[in-house]
Amino acid sequence: MTAVATAIAPQANPWMAHSARITGIKREVPGISTYELTLDDPALAQQFRFQPGQFNMLYLPGFGESAISISSDPERRGTLGHTIRVAGNVTRALARKKVGDQIGVRGPFGSAWPMPICRGHDIVIACGGVGLAPLRPAIYHVLNHRDDYGRVFLLYGARTPNDLLYQDEFDAWRNGGLEVEVTVDLGDEDWRGHIGVVPILFYRLRLNAAKTCVMTCGPEIMMRFVIFEALARKLRPDKIFMSMERNMKCALGFCGHCQLGPAFVCKDGPVFTYAQMEPYLHLDDF
Amino acid sequence: MRSSKLPVGSYVRIEKPQLQTIVDQLRCRGYRTLGPRLADAAVVLDDLDSIQQMPIGYLDEQDGGKYRLQLAEGAGYFDYVVGPHSLKSYLFPPRETLLRCAEVEGQWQMETPPAAAQPLAVIGIRSCDLHAIEVQDRVFLSGPYVDPNYAARRSALFVLAVNCRRAAATCFCHSMKTGPAVRAGYDLALTELTDEFAIEVGTEIGGQVVGHCDWAPCTMEEINQTREQPEHLRRQMQRRQAAPPPAASGEGNGRPRGRYLDTAEIHDLLMRNLEHDRWETVGHRCLACGNCTMVCPTCFCSDVEEVSDLLGRNVRRERIWASCFTAEHSYMNSGTVRKAIAARYRQWLTHKLATWIDQFGVSGCTGCGRCITWCPVGIDLTEEVAAIRGVEA
Repeated sequence: MTAVATAIAPQANPWMAHSARITGIKREVPGISTYELTLDDPALAQQFRFQPGQFNMLYLPGFGESAISISSDPERRGTLGHTIRVAGNVTRALARKKVGDQIGVRGPFGSAWPMPICRGHDIVIACGGVGLAPLRPAIYHVLNHRDDYGRVFLLYGARTPNDLLYQDEFDAWRNGGLEVEVTVDLGDEDWRGHIGVVPILFYRLRLNAAKTCVMTCGPEIMMRFVIFEALARKLRPDKIFMSMERNMKCALGFCGHCQLGPAFVCKDGPVFTYAQMEPYLHLDDF
Repeated sequence: MRSSKLPVGSYVRIEKPQLQTIVDQLRCRGYRTLGPRLADAAVVLDDLDSIQQMPIGYLDEQDGGKYRLQLAEGAGYFDYVVGPHSLKSYLFPPRETLLRCAEVEGQWQMETPPAAAQPLAVIGIRSCDLHAIEVQDRVFLSGPYVDPNYAARRSALFVLAVNCRRAAATCFCHSMKTGPAVRAGYDLALTELTDEFAIEVGTEIGGQVVGHCDWAPCTMEEINQTREQPEHLRRQMQRRQAAPPPAASGEGNGRPRGRYLDTAEIHDLLMRNLEHDRWETVGHRCLACGNCTMVCPTCFCSDVEEVSDLLGRNVRRERIWASCFTAEHSYMNSGTVRKAIAARYRQWLTHKLATWIDQFGVSGCTGCGRCITWCPVGIDLTEEVAAIRGVEA
């Protein structure tokens, strides 16, 4: 994907972390919360635009930065949502923060879900676990512009029913015209839904191969099997989009950590076409 | 002493000791002057205020995992080639502060340090290293973001380049088309003759500096002779490549081995051989020490560290050099991507010689040969590429 314009003016120092406030914390599921952030500088807060799939570098002095995708509605101004799983040093420190606390923000960075390309198409959004977070802005976008798209399926999986993100929104999404299919690896006594991995949900779909796009985000192994199912249904490699994850220290294309073959995941990604990633996905340790 | 501004493109001769006048002139103009010096039995780049500090008369013998200096009869001011240091340490320092944070009344004040740089003049930069600067310019200045600190240092740089008249056994600039002749990117370009230096003026400021020397204009014949010197070396490097002595012979026997990298379709060659057995073979030899990435004048990977005072109220974000040979380099919370050393060597070599071209439009290798010399086990990238080319997977 081509990188999209960013909010940082070219002459500004791209290392500058902008002060922001935590204006809301919503505990989603165990270990995952959504933080609403508002930039302190009102002008900056109003100017800030992002596209579905882009990410910010969130900074806690003394702990470091973490690349976190933006999970809120791109058309909502003023606050930015970040759904964060506690996984490392920075996210652990963030978990101790309260509403009103300060945080540093750089961004937005990276490529976006290709909403313009998907216009007029059916869309399959296939994701696992916290992989739904970077896709939620795309879902909001679809709901805001529902007539621009055909059938839109959300295939979502998590480990258990208690690990499903944004469950309180599923009804609204269904009412807005999304076909939501959910699966878990391990059900509980109340679970009446699917059991199994995300790719199996494809068996329920009748897809028009020429007019369908896939967007997928989750563990690489899950994405590979999602792509396998999509290709088996004759979907085009350049209409399958995936969001990749790599270690990142800068988000600017300077630090070198996020390289994946010719790509810098931070600036050429995180959203790539399968056609771009196809030569590398099968390689061990690449 | 003449005092005149020499126009860009001028070609003049100075007596060798006049080089001191150039150093003095640069210092008068507020430049910090760096040049080749001896330290720890190697030629390094360090502060230079007197040309007497230079390793005049020394030659370096370099080969895989080997570097030796010796005084040699007839060796001039610049007959050693590149040592472990390059300008990278100065334009992209191993440690630098990116952001300062101070906690004042419970709130963090965050600011980036001003992007200012002391003017820096470097004496004795070779063509390979001039190309390396160009390569790093593409990384830090030509993408969607500009690194302001690098940009400041870059624009405050004065380069006195030197045409090599000798190549070490590890040199292969001729196959990367990055040398040995200095072509662009200099303020002054110097060619060492028997008793004199011939100097070509590349910029206005270069002309002002050399104008203070006791110079004499070069005749057309002298200009042609001067230009012929690096050409002569290039042909010599090509001859060596055509009839290389056995790998083990090194330089000591007076017949320096000639390295050569066949760059024909090298991008596609490497990218279609990502599962070649050779990665495994070289992975067994490689210690993953990262030396090659540290001495490489183009390697740009870095980490960012938090450096805090004891109370945690003053924090600096510091960028430090990193190496793709460490496990941490590709570490994510889900695990390390490149677990095997073979995978890290593959990443380094394919990036340097192949994907670098996708990313920046040029090879990441300038043929300086440092990674060969400073590899403790003497891994030679030209040999690795030749092995892959020889037996394709």
